[in-house]
Amino acid sequence: MKKLISGWSLIKIFTFLVYVWMFIPIIAVVILSFNPQQFGSFPMEGFSFKWYVKLSHNSTILEAFKNSLVLGSCTAVLATAFGVPAAMAFIRYEFRGKEFLNTLLIAPIMVPEVVLGVALLLFIRWLQQPKSFALLLIGHVVLTLPYVLLIVQARLVGIKKEYEEAALSLGANPFQTFREITFPLLAPAILAGMLFAFTISFDDVTATLFWATAQNQTVPVKIFGMLRNSISPEINALGAVMIVLTVSMPLLAGYLSRRFARGNHKT
Amino acid sequence: MKNKFWKPWILLSPSLTAVFFLLVIPICFVIVYSFWLRAPNGQDIPAFQFGNYAKFFADFFYPSILLTTLRVALETVILCLVLGYIPAYFFYKTESRFKPFLMILVMLPFWISFIIRTLSWINILGDSGLINHLLLKFNIISSPLAMLYNEGAVIMGLLQYLLPFMILNIYVSLDGIDKSLAEAAKSLGCTEWQAFKEVTLPLSLPGVSAGCLLVFVLTCGTYLPPMILGGPGNEMIANLIFKRIIGTLDWPFGSAISTILMLLLMVIVYTYNRYMGINQIFKTLSNES
Repeated sequence: MKKLISGWSLIKIFTFLVYVWMFIPIIAVVILSFNPQQFGSFPMEGFSFKWYVKLSHNSTILEAFKNSLVLGSCTAVLATAFGVPAAMAFIRYEFRGKEFLNTLLIAPIMVPEVVLGVALLLFIRWLQQPKSFALLLIGHVVLTLPYVLLIVQARLVGIKKEYEEAALSLGANPFQTFREITFPLLAPAILAGMLFAFTISFDDVTATLFWATAQNQTVPVKIFGMLRNSISPEINALGAVMIVLTVSMPLLAGYLSRRFARGNHKT
Repeated sequence: MKNKFWKPWILLSPSLTAVFFLLVIPICFVIVYSFWLRAPNGQDIPAFQFGNYAKFFADFFYPSILLTTLRVALETVILCLVLGYIPAYFFYKTESRFKPFLMILVMLPFWISFIIRTLSWINILGDSGLINHLLLKFNIISSPLAMLYNEGAVIMGLLQYLLPFMILNIYVSLDGIDKSLAEAAKSLGCTEWQAFKEVTLPLSLPGVSAGCLLVFVLTCGTYLPPMILGGPGNEMIANLIFKRIIGTLDWPFGSAISTILMLLLMVIVYTYNRYMGINQIFKTLSNES
């Protein structure tokens, strides 16, 4: 029995070390962003918000932030608008070629992002269209659609068909049924899908580097450009802002969906 | 319900249209373009010839990058597996009330920008990074160790990016295993280790293999960690594509390399699907939120 316990504590220690390993670099970014020194590195010499102030005066970065937010929001809305009906079709209906089409719609996850980037850019070039915000948007919708689909499908499986059938048999039309029955039950998944889509779009860099132009730079693309002249405290500060922003997303979502669920329960 | 056969198609049409025009057709274009010629003045000439592929395999330069990619991907998969299985097993077994919190922590990196996570290793491994700073401070070394810009640093970045995928895949598989099976094995005289080896481990293999495939495919398609953390010798196939398309605007050759990468991954995914079934991956991904 003694050996068993030591085995389990080894597992615990190992897991703890994996956590440390995973988070130390991220914590270092946040800590170093407060280092007033010219070079973003250890040792820490004091504590200041200097780089954040500098960041807030950098108009190209603010521009990139605005681009990222607009792009992420549009992507989230479009991807859910496309993904939710598709999930309904896959879960609520039987039709030929269902398996194949489901795999096809989820396929973008398995296509290397670099190929996705090249492919769409090549296509746009062949159509003789310039790189534009629209290219970024449609590209990001393709990138995020599979995730929205998977999340909404997983939730939809758990919602009993009978609820919808009951509404229909009581005289509601299909649209009313969706609005009054399916949508409220599905809302947490839709919200989760939207947030996931937003975050993927907000963070994406691999494919976005192919599609972005100087006018349409997103924050990660901007960071990539800044990295050319080595890591600076300003990058750390920008990184810290990004971390706080994207990490607060799922936490906010969890809180909202719990509140939402409670609200639903009352009515 | 018979007259409703068209309904799912209406619901599906927006996504199908999007994926068809924005994924299927563009990828066909990549394949078609890979047979085109590039004129000396930089113009692309429609043609059907294998010159781009011949160029790729003409000498050892390009295939060696392909081999590097496969080697790095394999090393990443193995390290991810070792680093990922134990925490996943911990989540499966633990009865701690902090489990939900710990699970959220594992998923947190999914929400943190990939480029930030990659460049954050510079703060740790760089000449004036955390490790060198501590080693110098305690007089263990007299000059900074060169830990950046080599394959090890690239793999660090890749692991940071991919480990959560592996942990979740294995955990979802473990979570589906009835704990009483291992108990039964133990009551029949197995030791803890034997019960794990004979019962739990084999039952968790679908998650393990799904995680391995996902990590492998994602490693092959990324160019950021080699670009930021690697040196000149650590280029991977995706870096090559990026350079050809964005750098030299050599569309036909870039398309040919992309096609080679896709073919390679298709063979791997196809083989995998034949033996394991691809659905496991989708099952896990839908749990990520």
